[in-house]
Amino acid sequence: MSKKPTATAEKKAVPSAKASDFAQAPINANLSREEKIELHRKMVRIRRFEERSLRAYQSKKIGGFLHLYIGQEAVAVGSCSLMGANDHVITAYRDHGHAIAVGMDTKPLMAELYGKVTGCSKGKGGSMHYFDPSRNFWGGHGIVGGQIPLGVGLAFGVKYKGLKGAAMAFMGDGAVNQGAVHEAYNLAALWNLPVVFVIENNGYSMGTSQARSSAGELAKRAEGYDMPWGQCNGHDLYEVRATMDKFLTLAREKSKPSTVEIDTYRYRGHSVADPDNTYRGKGEIEEYRRTKDPIQVFQNILVEEGVLDEALIEKIDTEARAEADNAVDFAEASPFPTVDDIQKDVYWEADHPSERKSQGRLFFD
Amino acid sequence: MPVITYREAVRHALAEELERDKNVVVLGEEVAQFHGAYKVTEGLLAKFGPERILDTPISEAGFIGMGIGASMLGVRPVMELMFWSFYSVAFDQILNNAANVRYMSGGQINCPIVIRGPANGGTNVGATHSHTPENVLANHPGVKVVVPSTPYDAKGLLKSAIRDNDPVFFLENTMLYGDKGEVPADEYVIPLGKADVKRVGTDLTIVTYGRSVHHSLAAAAVLEKEHDISVEVVDLRSIRPLDIDTVLASVAKTHRVLIVEEQKPFCSVGSQLAYMIQREAFDELDGPIHRLATIDAPAIYSPPVEAEQLPNPQRILKAALAAMS
Repeated sequence: MSKKPTATAEKKAVPSAKASDFAQAPINANLSREEKIELHRKMVRIRRFEERSLRAYQSKKIGGFLHLYIGQEAVAVGSCSLMGANDHVITAYRDHGHAIAVGMDTKPLMAELYGKVTGCSKGKGGSMHYFDPSRNFWGGHGIVGGQIPLGVGLAFGVKYKGLKGAAMAFMGDGAVNQGAVHEAYNLAALWNLPVVFVIENNGYSMGTSQARSSAGELAKRAEGYDMPWGQCNGHDLYEVRATMDKFLTLAREKSKPSTVEIDTYRYRGHSVADPDNTYRGKGEIEEYRRTKDPIQVFQNILVEEGVLDEALIEKIDTEARAEADNAVDFAEASPFPTVDDIQKDVYWEADHPSERKSQGRLFFD
Repeated sequence: MPVITYREAVRHALAEELERDKNVVVLGEEVAQFHGAYKVTEGLLAKFGPERILDTPISEAGFIGMGIGASMLGVRPVMELMFWSFYSVAFDQILNNAANVRYMSGGQINCPIVIRGPANGGTNVGATHSHTPENVLANHPGVKVVVPSTPYDAKGLLKSAIRDNDPVFFLENTMLYGDKGEVPADEYVIPLGKADVKRVGTDLTIVTYGRSVHHSLAAAAVLEKEHDISVEVVDLRSIRPLDIDTVLASVAKTHRVLIVEEQKPFCSVGSQLAYMIQREAFDELDGPIHRLATIDAPAIYSPPVEAEQLPNPQRILKAALAAMS
């Protein structure tokens, strides 16, 4: 995988009806019809959720930033579909796809965007800070690369407790230049911690292309830490699953860390506020949509396999649109947190007064 | 009662908590084989093994972030910073991740981590190694900040810190590691957020913490003997949570206040205290609140001059007389 071009893409068009080379990988060949449909459905649900949240943002229902996952769906869905009971996920601020992929309900996700108390973080985190520890999903982090040491810590925790599991620490291609990421690489490799560092390479760190921001090949930097690494096409869900399965197995079975660079693309700007016309052309985006769209690619594969037909495709899409609308209805109908809520969820001790051991003032005015 | 050093008191607290709770691990630069840069962790590796006492690379953002991640899964890491001055290279991990993760997750996650190490001047190591960041840390809701001044306090407070379910930042002092004091052989804990009146007096309240407690006590002895001024010394011990009630009770008794701190003056812990005292005890005050801090410049290297930049008994004596005039 070479550096992405800075201007118009010279894309090799993937014949969209071609069966994936990875369909016969055991991790994919063993999927039931229902499981395949579910993988497709999850990607569609993410896309419809994101499109609906964009409309809400444009209607000024949502504050702050909104980093959409449209175009990257196969990465989170493929990777998170491999999670076992002791596997964990942490990611950056483009976190809606991972949240849905691990199984979070879209109603509290949308309500969080609306800043409502029914949001998954009670309206305290916002778009960039989704969490669900009950599903081993540890955020949703706002600072580029800052979550990667935490991902190593999740792997440390798994290993310290003697469990067989792995942490997936997702980051964008821009994060590989952050010092914290390299410190995390070193610790993971030095101590054989079961973590897979996943670089979701969408070609742009905000508006700066890979060619203009990163020297060398991104995943190859793992070699400096004696870590195995791999690359894969993130437009093909089967390939994502086959590749990630290999490295997750290495982590779970041998407690070996690795780095996987997944080639993907975002159709929308870095965030919705991004003008998105200064650093890439519309033609490039259109080319990706036409030839590499992860949902379309997988849909075509499943049609070829006889898993999906037009009626089922239509049904899944209609349901996903309705789900996104229902999430908006839920968010609209929900109350905002109160001013009294501002100082809740700050300290564990303040939230558990009967178990408080410390004395003195925790809050000041 | 056994007499041990501040260093041993910290070590005993670590050993007892490692013994008590299998989730406790100790990580940091040189904490295992080297026995700690200041020998605080001496013997822990032999007793608890390399799975629980881990030497980290010089990589503060990496290993502190790792500890935060592990703490989310219920591990209780006690991380040593060789100097608290190095917090700046891990600032994002300490004050974005540890401080905020509970809030941003709507209370779903807590981060039971302790970060400990020395934070002081006075050792002629220049500006990069002499930071006292308790004010910066305590400015972040979600964290707790503790600065013990004696072996007894260090042990009892560290045990509480390790058992605490919130992130606790524990600021020790290299100048105190060799100081000795009585520490009970039997187990005890001191709750965070409880100040301690280290000397009872009637004319002037000195509010202080850390090494400045000892300087204040030395000055108080001279003030009593040579100036017939009875000084009450309140050791905060914990900056956040803050035991303002003990401070206010002392002010109600003496009606005069001098704050002594090894902080740079601007937006220091003392600034916050002065605000709170005037707001809550205005009518008790017979004069303006005085404050003695470190002279406002980066830490100077020159050894005899650094001693004058920091609070010391002579400077405190002068400031106390000014507060009484």
